[in-house]
Amino acid sequence: MIKAVMMMNTQGKPRLAKFYDFLPVEKQQELIRGVFSVLSSRPENVSNFLEIDSLFGPDSRLVYKHYATLYFVLVFDGSENELAMLDLIQVLVETLDKCFSNVCELDIVFNYSKMHTVLDEIVFGGQVLETRSDEIMKAVEEISKLEAASNSISLVPKSVSGWRGGR
Amino acid sequence: MASSNSLMDSLFQRSLEDLIKGLRLGESTFISKSLEEIRREIKLTDLSTKSVALQKLSYLAALHGVDMTWAAFHAVEVVSSSRFAHKRIGYHAIAQSFSDQTPVLLLITNQLRKDLNSSNEYEVSLALECLARIGTDDLARDLTSEVFTLLGSSKALVRKKAIGVVLRVFDKYPDAVKVCFKRLVENLESSDPQLLSAVVGVFCELTAKDPRSYLPLAPEFYKILVDSRNNWVLIKVLKIFAKLASIEPRLAKKVADPVCEHMRKQNVGKSLLFECIRTVFSSLSDQEVPLKLAVVKIREFLMDDDPNLKYLGLHALSIVAPKHLWAVLENKEAVVKAMSDEDPNVKREALHLLMAMVNEDNVTEISRILMNYALKSDPLFCNEIIGSILVACSRDSYEIIVDFDWYLSLLSEMARVPNCQRGKEIEHQLIDIGTRVKDARLELVRVSRALLIDPALLGNQYLHPILSAAAWASGEYVEFSKAPYEIAEALLQPRTCLLPHSIRAIYIHSAFKVLVFSLGVYFSAQEPTSSSLVQESTSSGSSAVNGFTCDSISSLVSMIELGLCSLSGTIDVEVQERAKNILGFIGIIKHEIAEKATSQDSETEVHRAIAFMEDVFSEELGPVSSTAQEKVPLPEGLELNENLEGLQEICREVLEPMAESDYSSDKVSFSVAKLRIRDQEEASSSSSPPLESSSLLAEHRKRHGLYYLSSQKSDDHKDRDGNDNNTSNEYPPANEISVDSFKSKKKLSKPRPVVVKLDEGDEPKTKPDASSSNDERLSRAIQTALMGKGKGKEKERVKENHEINLDTENIEQSSRREKKKKKNGERSSKRSSRRQKDKEASVTKPVEVPDLLL
Repeated sequence: MIKAVMMMNTQGKPRLAKFYDFLPVEKQQELIRGVFSVLSSRPENVSNFLEIDSLFGPDSRLVYKHYATLYFVLVFDGSENELAMLDLIQVLVETLDKCFSNVCELDIVFNYSKMHTVLDEIVFGGQVLETRSDEIMKAVEEISKLEAASNSISLVPKSVSGWRGGR
Repeated sequence: MASSNSLMDSLFQRSLEDLIKGLRLGESTFISKSLEEIRREIKLTDLSTKSVALQKLSYLAALHGVDMTWAAFHAVEVVSSSRFAHKRIGYHAIAQSFSDQTPVLLLITNQLRKDLNSSNEYEVSLALECLARIGTDDLARDLTSEVFTLLGSSKALVRKKAIGVVLRVFDKYPDAVKVCFKRLVENLESSDPQLLSAVVGVFCELTAKDPRSYLPLAPEFYKILVDSRNNWVLIKVLKIFAKLASIEPRLAKKVADPVCEHMRKQNVGKSLLFECIRTVFSSLSDQEVPLKLAVVKIREFLMDDDPNLKYLGLHALSIVAPKHLWAVLENKEAVVKAMSDEDPNVKREALHLLMAMVNEDNVTEISRILMNYALKSDPLFCNEIIGSILVACSRDSYEIIVDFDWYLSLLSEMARVPNCQRGKEIEHQLIDIGTRVKDARLELVRVSRALLIDPALLGNQYLHPILSAAAWASGEYVEFSKAPYEIAEALLQPRTCLLPHSIRAIYIHSAFKVLVFSLGVYFSAQEPTSSSLVQESTSSGSSAVNGFTCDSISSLVSMIELGLCSLSGTIDVEVQERAKNILGFIGIIKHEIAEKATSQDSETEVHRAIAFMEDVFSEELGPVSSTAQEKVPLPEGLELNENLEGLQEICREVLEPMAESDYSSDKVSFSVAKLRIRDQEEASSSSSPPLESSSLLAEHRKRHGLYYLSSQKSDDHKDRDGNDNNTSNEYPPANEISVDSFKSKKKLSKPRPVVVKLDEGDEPKTKPDASSSNDERLSRAIQTALMGKGKGKEKERVKENHEINLDTENIEQSSRREKKKKKNGERSSKRSSRRQKDKEASVTKPVEVPDLLL
């Protein structure tokens, strides 16, 4: 089971944080900070795994990948294979790439809603749902279309960005 | 008016994008301003405005730690909108912020039901995701039938998610098993790898919690293991078998072949290969063929340059190390090489593996290698190395140590490692070895002396516990030392002011022991009949004290006196008291030292005093097991539960003058302490020997013996800190339970010195965890469902009496079929035999592995 997915930049600012077990917001921020402090002290060219029992409880592992200015982090337990989780980060990044063409941190910052759409098609309630990026993209596109359609029903424009639908 | 207001508001409402832009500008109060806006906007009736506000709030909650639980009701409102965009925002907020404690949780039940029945698969997805993340018992119960319908949906997306949600539903509402389990199991035969992946994922989680209940499904899993080509699916199935095979060894044999097949494949993915290896190491390690193959394959991992593979390879080896050390030994070079890798994970795993390899013969060599690494490493890893050496060597009362002299010198070497922060453990072991291993005491004293003499060590606060142990050992086993004067000097050197008061107190007390010992030797040396003490000290095999001359003993006494004079005015009461005790004692005996030549009378007060003090320290302190307290038998007539008011009477006279004290110890020990202080004052002021005060104490005890709790002494002994041990020894033992009752028989061995072990072991017992009732219900439900699985066309919702009838019917049927089978000697088709076996399983035992697999 996957316990959490996080994206944070190299200064420790979280760009996305999803916890699959309920935690109060202060605890979530604490965990994000804790993960960042561990990650920032990792040298380059070392393994991508960490044991973080102290933060997430027993039987917790963490896999992270450093892309440019972002850390992608997956926290999981013993029911997941470590290398498979590493692959999953790869899948996530590839899908984002397809979504935004050459995705960079700013894309992730300004597309908070779409990020979650993508993530929700990969990880469902803590379990891996889909690992083929084309299928994921199909679903994400459908959802974006639906959103856009539902938003354009309004007669009075609510705000400028409302026109752009599911951005 | 109101509508135009809201129109204005919604026209100028900041969207999420505006919010993000605003945050990036870096205004510190932006968040609080936005929150105010959000609070206003979210209360408006217009759903679009409300939903944008909710979206902004979710963003702030997730990334900036803003609390959003107050908006729960608004989330419910937003979700009820017919627009997809609003639903998305609403469900997202709900999944993120709702918990079991959210009061409005049940309000979404109907909405969820509606959306689960929607024709739009994406609306269904939203509802399923929400249920999967926040589902409670009530929600699960109410929506089970919807989930059941969706498990049969024709749309793959919906089906996958329904399968995923089943895990949560089963967890919260085990009775859902009766409804949904069959469909879940049917999906095991699906040809769509994604669906299959979802199902085995669910079973992997279920099996992890309760493997036994899912044994009957082993044939299905086996089929998947053999047929599937999808890595994700195979990994999960392997995990399932790892759990099943560890409780059912016959499965291991059967599964070994397919696992080997996968491992031998040419371009097998690394993740799958690793999972195979891990399965073999953890559950199939009794099977020779897979084990050997796995060890070969893990070697490839270890040799790979990719740090991930190296780390995982080492990690896998540590799984197999306990049972098959040869696998680790084969790869010894790789492990040693990994110790100097730059990746901390790799280093740590290598350290664990090295420690697994350690045994009697190579402990010195490996410790040598590790200490070298420790000196070169960063503080964190250095302490890990030291810590693991300490743990490994002290396991089972130092089982692997043969040469204690070497080990003690290793401990002192550790103390001198610059980054060492393991002072407490080293302290504990030094004292432990002192009490358990008689033959090592000589070396212990030697080592302690070296530590005490070095003034540089006093400055390092991490070493203070070690110094305290060294001081205690030097005092306790002073008879082994060659130069007590040196020790006393080291214990009272001016630099000891750097020590914390508690440790200083130990130092002073040890100096007292040294003094008493030296005086004993000196005074008994002048007697024609040598005292027992001298005999003891020479026969204990130590190259011990040469006789003291008058000059040497007086210089010792005056040195001690000088050292302690300054301390008699310190703030800390413990240090002050001890200093004063010793000074008082010295006051008694000082004048007699010079007269030793003349006096032939062995019965002078001084002689008596010294002999008495020696007796106090003569009894050996031994190790105490953690269960010692429970073993203390209650003396006759002692009522522990009786009201101790009577005690109050006795103590009041003692307590009154010291009403302001903060002592938290129980009253009995307090009163004894008070008496002690009084007696001490009497002794120093009136120069009457301590013998009188001891008689006072004895009288007190005679009068109130009932209230002297027998646990006093064993409590004191448990305390590793030197203080309490010895303060209770200064007077004749008030409680006559001796230490002997706690010593076990000594283990006799070859040249290895004797280590005193205790019967009960030294670890405190841990209590087992209580399992949750929901888990039990789930197990029972699953087992019931699997018993009824092979009934073919029966309905899913069977009533209980119906089930019972069927069971009895099955018993007859299966026994008939079995006879028939034996007669014919032919095997029925796989499916029906499986069904039959399940029935058999249900009849004979609650759960049994189908014969198909045996």
